Amino acid sequence: MTDLTALLETLRPQLLRYAKLQLRNEAWAEDAVSETMLAAIEKPEAFAGRAQPKTWLIGILKHKLVDQVRKHSRECSLSTDDDDGGAAFEDELFAESGHFRDKPAEWGDPQAVLGQQQFIAVLDACVEKLPNQLGRVFLMREWLELETDEICKELSVTPTNLWVMLHRARLRLRECLQLNWFGKQPAST
Amino acid sequence: MLLRRTCRQAALLITSRRERELGWADRVALRLHMMVCKACPRFEGQIKLMEQAMGRWRSYVERD
Repeated sequence: MTDLTALLETLRPQLLRYAKLQLRNEAWAEDAVSETMLAAIEKPEAFAGRAQPKTWLIGILKHKLVDQVRKHSRECSLSTDDDDGGAAFEDELFAESGHFRDKPAEWGDPQAVLGQQQFIAVLDACVEKLPNQLGRVFLMREWLELETDEICKELSVTPTNLWVMLHRARLRLRECLQLNWFGKQPAST
Repeated sequence: MLLRRTCRQAALLITSRRERELGWADRVALRLHMMVCKACPRFEGQIKLMEQAMGRWRSYVERD
């Protein structure tokens, strides 16, 4: 039990950070983390002998985050006129003719990039920088791995709106990676 | 216009392809667009890289 206590104390800040990343709300994130810790304490036998206790805790946290999203679905529901400036961002990226204003850069061999811990850290920071609504939707899909029809239901959006939001989140993420990683690497091609 | 897509439209088709099955007109139009466009195939490469990167990110979150 003392091991578990120590572990929970050590990992709490990280759990809270990822809870906030997903929920974009301090109070809900605190709730999700408290519930995660209570669930962990209730099952000390599940903790005993785990090679990767953090994986176990994050697994519990993800379930609690889904619960929070469901609980607050009304407050999370998206109004189409409030899209975190997503439409304006798209207008900057594309000319009126619909062409890319700047041709997308060559990012090189994925394997060379993906193995780098530093790149994943930059990606992590870019996910954090997503505007709240986009970030929440994006991580519901990419982290909690909810099905699109479930996300539509929880957020009361049409599938078309959801695709557009995910699209805009990915456009922003791409821009952030370009600025903070690929644009800073010595040109390889 | 049935089979013409701008880069802006093509980009949305590229990212939403993993969320849904595209209709036949979109599929053909996207293929045609990709054959003549230099920008969108690069964009697609970036999106694919990001997709893989998010997989790495998921394990990064769980790792000690």
